[in-house]
Amino acid sequence: MWRSFVCVLGRDITLAMRRRTEVLTTLFFFVIVVSLFPLGVGTEKETLRMLGPGVVWVAALLASMLALERLFSADYEDGTLEQLLMTAQPLPLLVLAKVAAHWLLTGLPLVVIAPLVGLQYHMGDSSVLAMVLSLLVGTPVLSLIGSIGAALTLGVRGGGILLSLLILPLYIPVLVYGAGAVAVGADGLAETQPFFSLLGSFLLLALILSPLAAGAALRISVE
Amino acid sequence: MRLNWFKYSSPATFYPLAGKLIPWFAAVAGVLTLAGLYWGFFHTPDQLGGTNPQKEYYRIIFVHVPAAWMSMWIYLVLAAYSALGLIFNTRLSYMMAKASAPTGAIFTFIALWTGAFWGRTSWGTYWDWDPRLTSELILFFLYAGYIALHSAIDDPRRADKAASLLAIVGMVMIPVIYWSINCPDPTKCSALHQQSAPSQMDGNILASMLLLTFGFWSYSFAAIFMRVRGVILNREADAAWVRTLVENQT
Amino acid sequence: MLEVVDLECRRGDRQLFSGLSFDLSVGTLLHVRGRNGSGKTTLLRAICGLLAADAGEIRWRGESIRALGDDYHEDVLYLGHLNGIKSDLSGIENLRIAATLDGDEADEGRLWRALKHMGLAGFEDLPTKVLSQGQKKRVALARVLVSRAPLWILDEPFTALDVDAVDLLQILIAQHIADDGMVVLTTHQEVPLTSGQIRRLHLGD
Repeated sequence: MWRSFVCVLGRDITLAMRRRTEVLTTLFFFVIVVSLFPLGVGTEKETLRMLGPGVVWVAALLASMLALERLFSADYEDGTLEQLLMTAQPLPLLVLAKVAAHWLLTGLPLVVIAPLVGLQYHMGDSSVLAMVLSLLVGTPVLSLIGSIGAALTLGVRGGGILLSLLILPLYIPVLVYGAGAVAVGADGLAETQPFFSLLGSFLLLALILSPLAAGAALRISVE
Repeated sequence: MRLNWFKYSSPATFYPLAGKLIPWFAAVAGVLTLAGLYWGFFHTPDQLGGTNPQKEYYRIIFVHVPAAWMSMWIYLVLAAYSALGLIFNTRLSYMMAKASAPTGAIFTFIALWTGAFWGRTSWGTYWDWDPRLTSELILFFLYAGYIALHSAIDDPRRADKAASLLAIVGMVMIPVIYWSINCPDPTKCSALHQQSAPSQMDGNILASMLLLTFGFWSYSFAAIFMRVRGVILNREADAAWVRTLVENQT
Repeated sequence: MLEVVDLECRRGDRQLFSGLSFDLSVGTLLHVRGRNGSGKTTLLRAICGLLAADAGEIRWRGESIRALGDDYHEDVLYLGHLNGIKSDLSGIENLRIAATLDGDEADEGRLWRALKHMGLAGFEDLPTKVLSQGQKKRVALARVLVSRAPLWILDEPFTALDVDAVDLLQILIAQHIADDGMVVLTTHQEVPLTSGQIRRLHLGD
């Protein structure tokens, strides 16, 4: 069973590496969105410091959503998805493998580039640290919840926009507490502990429940 | 008279039952709504007292609060029918879910607009990100998502199942979303319900709200039954009983 | 082994078939025929468990496939209209993944030999997107040589194949039947068997 998990994970990463554009577009989208805000709201230090947490998190949300469209669609189109449904391996495990690959390719880069955003927004050191950690814990939750939406909208007209409508409301708790953690992080990391407890429990629940829901959604979509 | 519930769980038998019930529900809805509005306008104090007296306009809450309640109840109904459909694979459950969504969305919409007007007249602003109103907005998005997903998928079976799964996921997420909006800082959670415990309300205000709530419920039954009859006819168009129905009408 | 009882399937508004029942025992080939749109693919996907039928039941070894879940999938090899291979991966990579997901400890040698047997010697490590349609189909079909599943469900397996490949596949199917396997397929071609029996099922009017 573990072998199948690694197999699917490895396969998706290999495929993404052979078409490197996907990984980079998500990253660039994030950077562009984050860079656009100061141009719109003014470059005053205090404003940016205040807006920083929210802006980073909204940009992460949007970037995550953009990438989600392609989570299952390529497999759906070439028939490998139905083969995944026809294996003897538990489907939630395979879904988890795909989501893990997706996060490594689109979520983790955001975590890595976040400190640069911290610089742009004049955030203090503890804020930046809080930001990196919150993204580290929060972006997997986004990928997990998003996978349910991606599975439901497979092959449907207006897929991308429909996906946003379905998923963005579900992202709100992560947004609230993720951005909250960063905002409170300005006063020191110790203050952020309750936020991270919540984010951590979201992650745990999402790890257990999302693959089940996404698996069920995949079976419905492939019918 | 013993009701055999399963007898009415098939579209063919439910259709005529719904048809007979609609006029009753519509009539009750009309009566209760008018009664509630009358009570609300003529038997309640002219101002909501307390430290921050709100003028006559506060009466809009007689529509706002029941509408908000309905929007939440109907989502529960939607999720319940969705679950029934997925578990028992009964066609009528899916049809009822599909028929309930627009009514729920309408109530959410009414709640949002009336809430905005109440805010304008009481606090001078149409929208101030009040946690409960924000949650209503999110609920509206959840309804919109359900309806959008259902209409985007061509195959009715896949549409039913996918939208049902979405409704259940939404149901699970609603408490989390509501809580996160109400309590964005876990270290200090503000009072969730300020001054709205039913026991504190003036008896007449409560009475008129309840009348309107029951009126809205009746309306919902009537509206949803009407809609589900349309859905039934559409989906079961091949069935013999539908064909005879059409023949008898023409 | 495979029992279909009173199966009914609808697609959109159309009813494709109803009251469909048959039994399939080992060493049997079920040839499903019918005009385009008569529900052949739907039937095959229902037997796979990919599609939930509107009425009726499908049983494998006496138990409902719904109850068996993943255990049933262990015994089935399904090749549908879509090849089910990734175009950015090579033939050998695709086959390796399929074998791993089948829970097979298949050694590399066996995979290479399978591709060679399918006439793809020299093409095994090229990304499949550079292969021709027929060659892609051969890569997809190579799975029959690696899989241990007793039940094969093949939807139009002969499309895009040249004469040699058609012969090859017919031999492989016949061999599988002779080895007490079972095959359900749709095709417009005849499949000569060396042993076992052929049952025909005609869908539609």
